[in-house]
Amino acid sequence: MFKVRKSTYYLVFLVSCLAMFVAMTLHVRYGQAEAKTGSEYRASLAEKLMITDLCLFTEARYTRHPSMADLDTPFQDHPVSLEHFPSGSFVSPPDFTARLHELIH
Amino acid sequence: MSSFINRHRNIIDFALSSLLRRKIKNISLLGVYTLIIFVLASLIFFVHALRREAALILKNAPDMVVQRLMAGRHELIPVDYGQKISSIRGVQDVVPRLWGYYFDPAIGSNYTVMVPRDNMVQPDNIIIGTGVARVRKASVRDLIAFQAYDKTPLLLMIQQILPYESELVAADLILMSEQDFQSMFNLPKGYATDLAVSVANPRELVTVATKIAEQFPDTRPILKSEILRTYDSVFDWRGGMMIVIMSAAILSFIIFAWDKATGLSAEERKEIGILKSIGWETSDVLFLKFWEGIVISLSAFLCGVLLAYGHVFFFSATIFEHALKGWSILYPQFRLVPAIDAFQLTVLFALSVLPYTVATIVPAWLAASADPDAAMRS
Repeated sequence: MFKVRKSTYYLVFLVSCLAMFVAMTLHVRYGQAEAKTGSEYRASLAEKLMITDLCLFTEARYTRHPSMADLDTPFQDHPVSLEHFPSGSFVSPPDFTARLHELIH
Repeated sequence: MSSFINRHRNIIDFALSSLLRRKIKNISLLGVYTLIIFVLASLIFFVHALRREAALILKNAPDMVVQRLMAGRHELIPVDYGQKISSIRGVQDVVPRLWGYYFDPAIGSNYTVMVPRDNMVQPDNIIIGTGVARVRKASVRDLIAFQAYDKTPLLLMIQQILPYESELVAADLILMSEQDFQSMFNLPKGYATDLAVSVANPRELVTVATKIAEQFPDTRPILKSEILRTYDSVFDWRGGMMIVIMSAAILSFIIFAWDKATGLSAEERKEIGILKSIGWETSDVLFLKFWEGIVISLSAFLCGVLLAYGHVFFFSATIFEHALKGWSILYPQFRLVPAIDAFQLTVLFALSVLPYTVATIVPAWLAASADPDAAMRS
């Protein structure tokens, strides 16, 4: 009786995974083309309303509008108060802000 | 060529049989390995797609936003400043922005309230984001009761709900007329939240910003490049939560590699000894261990990455949702546009597959170089 080798099973598995990788790449292209209208709408809305930040975290002012936040905002409650909003750990101040701030002031 | 393929197919057959002999150990190893790669790849996909989206959305953000600071805090800015700023050479336009936050005690969530430039909202009406409509269970022409600054009720009718596509920028947004904004917040006359400044030549932005800071020492100009950089640094690997995830993953890889590199079990040494005594060459044994390592690490990499792709782009990264939501009541429900960062995936491949495979080969090479008799007796 013909018996399928274990290596054949593994090769089939590898080829299927690679085919899914190719499908994933195609899905990225298709998804980006499909979402173009939505992305353009978001960009035009941001331009029209002069929006400066994405709506990612609504729990605190400085996480809702991180680019508009004062440099010392996370410590506003007390000079040595620790960050207490979970999303604060995802947002760090850009280096350039600090540098420009120092340059100007 | 065919003899080369046949030789390797035979070795792969043997490697798979060898792995299946220690089924439970290897399946659990594969499961944990896949899980770690899944978490890391999900993070890579999520962050890359989000940064790409931020760059696309914010490419038309104001050239510069001028804030006034008082005692280290953001303060209302006199509209007069705008008139003086517009006389600076190179400044094209200065628009005072009226915006603020409203805490809704009924729901416990925060909204961003904004007055649009053109009169797109009629007095006594509002345009709301889908997030606000969701938490307030409201639809068009419903009345929403707000509390004005003096605790008097302010009833506003929903003129429009922004479409779902706007969720990532406007989920918590309430657009209202200037008149209603004044009734709600009682801003002093002649003041705005900040000023949006357009500059004709982008290369003059820093010069204009320096002039503004010199003329108005109590202001802080924020350039568009800084706004964009903010989103480049969101989910930076140095951030608290990110470093925890990364260190957990790196530590797991070290444990895997350590487990392999510290040596083979007595059973595995015996197996190598038997193989050598029946005529296997050292190179065959090394190929066997190489394929064992590849089967585990490559399978884990492929499955982990594919699962992560589905998790982020088909299921909106549900596993991360609780961490991202934090304590916010109103959380945007958006589906990210698929995007892959090939460089980061290559780095993940190099860091996950290669060390494990190398760590599998090295102790096998040491055992295979020894005398078969000694290896079988050990």
